[in-house]
Amino acid sequence: MLVLIPAYNEEIRIASVIENIRKHFPETEVLVIDDGSTDRTGEEASKSGAGVISHPFNLGYGTALQTGYRYALARGYDRLVQMDGDGQHDPSCIGDLIAPIEKGEADIVIGSRFLKRGGISPAHPPFRAPLIRRLGMAFFRTVTSLIIGQKITDSTSGYQAMNRRVLEWVSGEKFPFDFPDADVIIMLHRAGFRIKEVPVRMFESQNRKSMHSGWKPLYYVFKMLLSILVTLMRR
Amino acid sequence: MPIRNKLVALIFGVGMLILIIDLVRRKRLREEYSWLWLMTGSVILLLALWFDLLKWITHLVGAVTPSSTIFLCAFLFLIFISLHFSVVISRLADRNKDLAQKIALLEMEVEKMKRNSQNPCTVSE
Repeated sequence: MLVLIPAYNEEIRIASVIENIRKHFPETEVLVIDDGSTDRTGEEASKSGAGVISHPFNLGYGTALQTGYRYALARGYDRLVQMDGDGQHDPSCIGDLIAPIEKGEADIVIGSRFLKRGGISPAHPPFRAPLIRRLGMAFFRTVTSLIIGQKITDSTSGYQAMNRRVLEWVSGEKFPFDFPDADVIIMLHRAGFRIKEVPVRMFESQNRKSMHSGWKPLYYVFKMLLSILVTLMRR
Repeated sequence: MPIRNKLVALIFGVGMLILIIDLVRRKRLREEYSWLWLMTGSVILLLALWFDLLKWITHLVGAVTPSSTIFLCAFLFLIFISLHFSVVISRLADRNKDLAQKIALLEMEVEKMKRNSQNPCTVSE
């Protein structure tokens, strides 16, 4: 199993994220994709014992993920877990995420901050975001759920686990280079993969320059709608 | 069409064709991207020499004067070539991405090999 962390300018948090993973899974290989950071993200990750692949310049979140997928594919990994480098995702949930893959129940598992475990919302503290962003997330998870005919509660989650067959697909050219979330779930569903959601704990990330700031939300909505539309039009 | 107009159009058309062919000759413009420009130059020449064709097209598209037909054609051409450039840029961006990924992956391999060769006790994978 490979744990993949795409990171862009995360020098403050990346080391603790890696140490946290090692604490729970000492044997696991951790790979950080340094997406053209202008700070010491790569060095910090390397010092913490992770493998580091550095992009020559910033290529975007989706491309950083894909570099990791291509590495995992070339190295013959059967399973991959991806998580963010800002400490938002709780590494103790990796086991829950990978379990359905190991049991062969699903090809891709999405960690949801909204799915309730035993009646209690796993978000800790409860997930807070501006109203407009929550509305957007609600809209896209409804669209995604309707299209794939399966309830998806957190289509924007970057905390995922996948098996080798999915790895082969996402390494291909159809994988989007920016904001890969709801559209990828729909693409994977149409490619015939079994999707499963499990509850995970997510922390609020501190002082993060969100990738949803400025004009980005508007572009996000546009890109996602277009991407979903053309996905549905593909045969 | 007044002879002066015809002359100006001829000069522009011929000048454009010469410029494009020279750019291709000096390898400053790829053959694959030159066809659109060559076509434009040819159309300018054709319309300059064959005014009746321009009048016929003007009638066909419902324009009032031949000059509006010229502007329409020029405008459509600019839109089309911009679209063409967007397609080319998208393809370049994709290839650029693939190359950058490949470089990053190779760099990691090279670093690993360097480390292994520096330390003879390490068994290479």
